[in-house]
Amino acid sequence: MNWFVRFLTSSIGKKLIMSLTGLFLCLFLVVHLAGNLQLLLDDGGEAFNIYAYMMTHNPLIKAVSYGTYFFIILHAIQGIILAIQNRKARSSRYAVTVTRTTGTNSFAARQMALLGSLILVFLGIHMGDFWWKMKSGQTSMVKYDSFELEVQNLYEKVEASFAVEWIVIFYVIAMIGLSFHLLHGFQSAFQTLGLNHKKYTPFIKALGKGFAIIIPALFALIPLYYMFVK
Amino acid sequence: MKLNLKVWRQKGAATGGKFETYTVEANEHMSFLEMLDVLNEQLIAEQKEPVSFEHDCREGICGTCSMVINGHPHGPMKGTTTCQLHMRHFNDGETITIEPFRSNSFPVIKDLVVDRSSFDRIIQSGGYISVNTGQAQDGNAIPIEKDLASEAFDAATCIGCGACVAACPNASAMLFTSAKISHLNMMPQGEVEASQRVLNMVNQMDVEGFGACSNVTACEAECPKEISVKNIARVNREYFAASLASEKTSSK
Repeated sequence: MNWFVRFLTSSIGKKLIMSLTGLFLCLFLVVHLAGNLQLLLDDGGEAFNIYAYMMTHNPLIKAVSYGTYFFIILHAIQGIILAIQNRKARSSRYAVTVTRTTGTNSFAARQMALLGSLILVFLGIHMGDFWWKMKSGQTSMVKYDSFELEVQNLYEKVEASFAVEWIVIFYVIAMIGLSFHLLHGFQSAFQTLGLNHKKYTPFIKALGKGFAIIIPALFALIPLYYMFVK
Repeated sequence: MKLNLKVWRQKGAATGGKFETYTVEANEHMSFLEMLDVLNEQLIAEQKEPVSFEHDCREGICGTCSMVINGHPHGPMKGTTTCQLHMRHFNDGETITIEPFRSNSFPVIKDLVVDRSSFDRIIQSGGYISVNTGQAQDGNAIPIEKDLASEAFDAATCIGCGACVAACPNASAMLFTSAKISHLNMMPQGEVEASQRVLNMVNQMDVEGFGACSNVTACEAECPKEISVKNIARVNREYFAASLASEKTSSK
């Protein structure tokens, strides 16, 4: 077998792919959140709609977005393959299962595949609701004085979706799932990369906890704000 | 003290197993294995098949004793092997569930005895250094910094019992393999074959069918020698370097 294929398909190589794609998706979360927080502005969606136009028309951002789709698919498929292979490594199950861990949340660490699947289902619904409706032109157009072109009114779709109870509930549940996924995943990605260091690891673990709580909480804040405050 | 034992009984690798329940009268000063000795005396007196379990030194250093006690490999005490676990840590009248280490790479031979020769094959693939025999070497001829020597020694305290595999939800052998690679690769004597060692041993570990590490750290928590997952990070690093930067490839 070619040495590079062998490297990427080894147990450590597979984890490297999970780690690098995972960290890239963490970066994506930050950018996505920064854009979404404009939904909290009281401007009738002007800033958000213009931003959405830019995100779908800037060639550089478009290129990055294709990379993002690819990494999401790669992370999900590789994760599912790993979960199946890891489960196959023990065909007779224990009668008593306790998971004692030293450096991570044991629930999150054990249930990464389940939490990941929840996030994948969420992504399907989320993209079907916004991304697809925008791509297929199921949105009305709106013109703002501050921008020379007519833009799609995605804000209207957001308002409509976040008025539906089950969507808001599902978004909040998915964000709790994401929080646990990140609680293990963030620091685990660095360990996989070989970064376990007396000086840096405590910082990475603290940053990971903060990231896992703050980012999903801010994402969840948006549908809750639309449902209860606005 | 009176104990109810739920013990896994299995005739061989090919046959399925099931739990049998026994009652045993033990005292709190006995080790867990001595308590099982009492059970077996009792079973022999009743003309029943005694429970097979592995043991050798009974001093916590050989890595032979195994079994999962109430969900914990080597029992609930931290940093303790089954042979060093004493009955005073259990309560009178308690029901204790005893199972073998479960992993497809550790097939059950009988009852609580599993075949751990997959570990031997990982060692054979690179867990050694090549030296010419002859006069005994001067122990102080190669200077090694104290902290490094201590870290390598910590990795070398791995007794190869397989509790890491038993504890891991993925049945991964990364803690064992990484400890064995680390303790040699950190030393000047082991550095000579470092790249080839990490490539061969990781490859053999994968061939044996162990799961992949997902940094659950259950291995570190259950390891009777408290081997650190730092070794796993080190081996990941060395595996990347050996795969991408060195000109070597796994020899098998």
